[in-house]
Amino acid sequence: MFYREAGDFKTSYVADNQTFPIAFDRYRYYAVLAVAFLVVPFIVNDYWANAVLLPFLIWAIAAIGLNILTGYCGQVSLGTGGFMAVGAYACYKFMTAFPDLNIAFCVLLGGAVTALVGVLFGLPSLRIKGFYLAVATLAAQFFLVWLFNRVPWFYNYSASGQISAPERTVFGVPVTGPNTSAWATYLFCLVFLVVLAWLARNLTRGTVGRTWMSIRDMDIAAEIIGVNPLRAKLTAFAASSFFVGIAGALFFSVYLGAVEVGEAFGINKSFLVLFMIIIGGLGSIFGSLAGAAFMVLLPVLLKNVLVGGFGWDTALAAHLELVIVGALIIGFLIAEPHGLARLWELAKEKLRLWPFPH
Amino acid sequence: MTAFPEESFVTPDGRTIGGVMMEMRNITLRFGGVIAIKDISFDIREGEIRAIIGPNGAGKSSMLNVISGFYNPQEGDVLFHGKKRPPMRPYQVARQGIARTFQNIALFDGMSVLDNIMTGRLTHMKTGLLEQAIWWGKAEREEVANRRKVEEIIDFLEIEHIRKTPVGRLPYGLKKRVELARALAAEPKILLLDEPMAGMNVEEKEDMCRFILDVNDEFGTTIALIEHDMGVVMDLSDRVVVMDYGKKIGDGTPDEVRASKEVIDAYLGVAHD
Repeated sequence: MFYREAGDFKTSYVADNQTFPIAFDRYRYYAVLAVAFLVVPFIVNDYWANAVLLPFLIWAIAAIGLNILTGYCGQVSLGTGGFMAVGAYACYKFMTAFPDLNIAFCVLLGGAVTALVGVLFGLPSLRIKGFYLAVATLAAQFFLVWLFNRVPWFYNYSASGQISAPERTVFGVPVTGPNTSAWATYLFCLVFLVVLAWLARNLTRGTVGRTWMSIRDMDIAAEIIGVNPLRAKLTAFAASSFFVGIAGALFFSVYLGAVEVGEAFGINKSFLVLFMIIIGGLGSIFGSLAGAAFMVLLPVLLKNVLVGGFGWDTALAAHLELVIVGALIIGFLIAEPHGLARLWELAKEKLRLWPFPH
Repeated sequence: MTAFPEESFVTPDGRTIGGVMMEMRNITLRFGGVIAIKDISFDIREGEIRAIIGPNGAGKSSMLNVISGFYNPQEGDVLFHGKKRPPMRPYQVARQGIARTFQNIALFDGMSVLDNIMTGRLTHMKTGLLEQAIWWGKAEREEVANRRKVEEIIDFLEIEHIRKTPVGRLPYGLKKRVELARALAAEPKILLLDEPMAGMNVEEKEDMCRFILDVNDEFGTTIALIEHDMGVVMDLSDRVVVMDYGKKIGDGTPDEVRASKEVIDAYLGVAHD
């Protein structure tokens, strides 16, 4: 059971190409999946689901989405919050317009609509790069939030200007609305995350992923070997927005239940997801998960330690959290730009040789 | 070898040189007021190794950039297989079967050697976004089929040991070789090499020369290269174009070019008496 590839011979290109080439990794991955599906649903309670698990699952989807665009294709986006809002509102419109449509399809359609909107806002990326593209996506963020605030059709002319998710069921078990149970919402989001992470892995390991990475690393050389830059960037925007839109739809329908757009999908959410992928690791699916877990767990941990342990003021703890996150981002950018995922890789490389020095 | 027949023939070392594959006809390229290339015509024949030489700033790289579609010349035409080529983007040129390497290496630093070379096979990949996302089936089959081709090229260029190494960690000479591998992976009809031996030591140069000759010999790839090392150029190439200040001052076999007065003047300077 050593962590080794020695003796584990690959005899086909398929075997050589698999996601977890080392047997130990593979078993660990299956074990994590088994625990997530077979153990956690039976022991999860409302606190854990609402404070830790649901936010983690949903933000992880958003982080994977942004990582496709920023980490793999190199296009910086500050419009994540706005695109999540598109997913949420599209999902809401589908839920209310077609009450019989299964919620899973509403969420997927929300993602599809977001993909289209993402392509639209991705069009300028052919001409503008780097900071300037970030500003263009920032415009998307503010425009979309403004749009959902101002056009009453989007929130079905409700008096409060909010949207709230009606009850919808999957196999007779409610997953949205007021009567949900922790295990059902958890499993619903978990299925989405697992399937989407698998899709993202497939996209990034093959031709499409290499196209994106070639644009990221050197767009001139990419073009000379036959990459159509506009097509590559737009597919990245589409795929990324699809993931982000699904995250937005789940965030609204399953997690929050009722949403006021400026509050739930403001610019700070865009930054939150960006921090996740910077700390987690750009260009890595695992990094997206690690970053999401980190950013979700940190406030919970700090609150428990500072408020619960030391008896400090809640506001002080909340401010301290901002300071710590800021310091961590600076620290990561300087010391390890590839984030937690790179640290994890380094640990694994060390582990492969352990206990021998070379 | 001084004579170069019009119709296709077999060289003394057994390679077949065919008809004209690519023709530059009266190409003029201007950047504002600067004339980079002035009314240049030459052709590249199937299966030959064609060198473009000249002093610094002569417009050699600009010429290569015209062929690969980075620049569209203001005047003149590029003919490929006898057909006039409309103005094209570089990726469209790549799809016609023209691959190239760069003077200062342009590899994808964040990716492994294998991924870099696999990217070179892009023009042979057909599966769409959704098929890729599902992976099982068509996408995986295509990946394996192309991987087999790429492994042949990896064997050919003797870089098996660095297959999974991120390109950023490689030394200069190997990077050059990986870049050649990426260009070869496209199975190009014409391979453009922009100073393939710049900055190499003698041993690395010899390796590179051997690879260039082998590529030409085994795959029958037509090669156009820019190089400053005269020894290399004269040994490798079948025909040489000499440029100076954007103009063509010589064209012919190495022996003809070496004997040309204009070429000697351009390289050594003119005696004023």
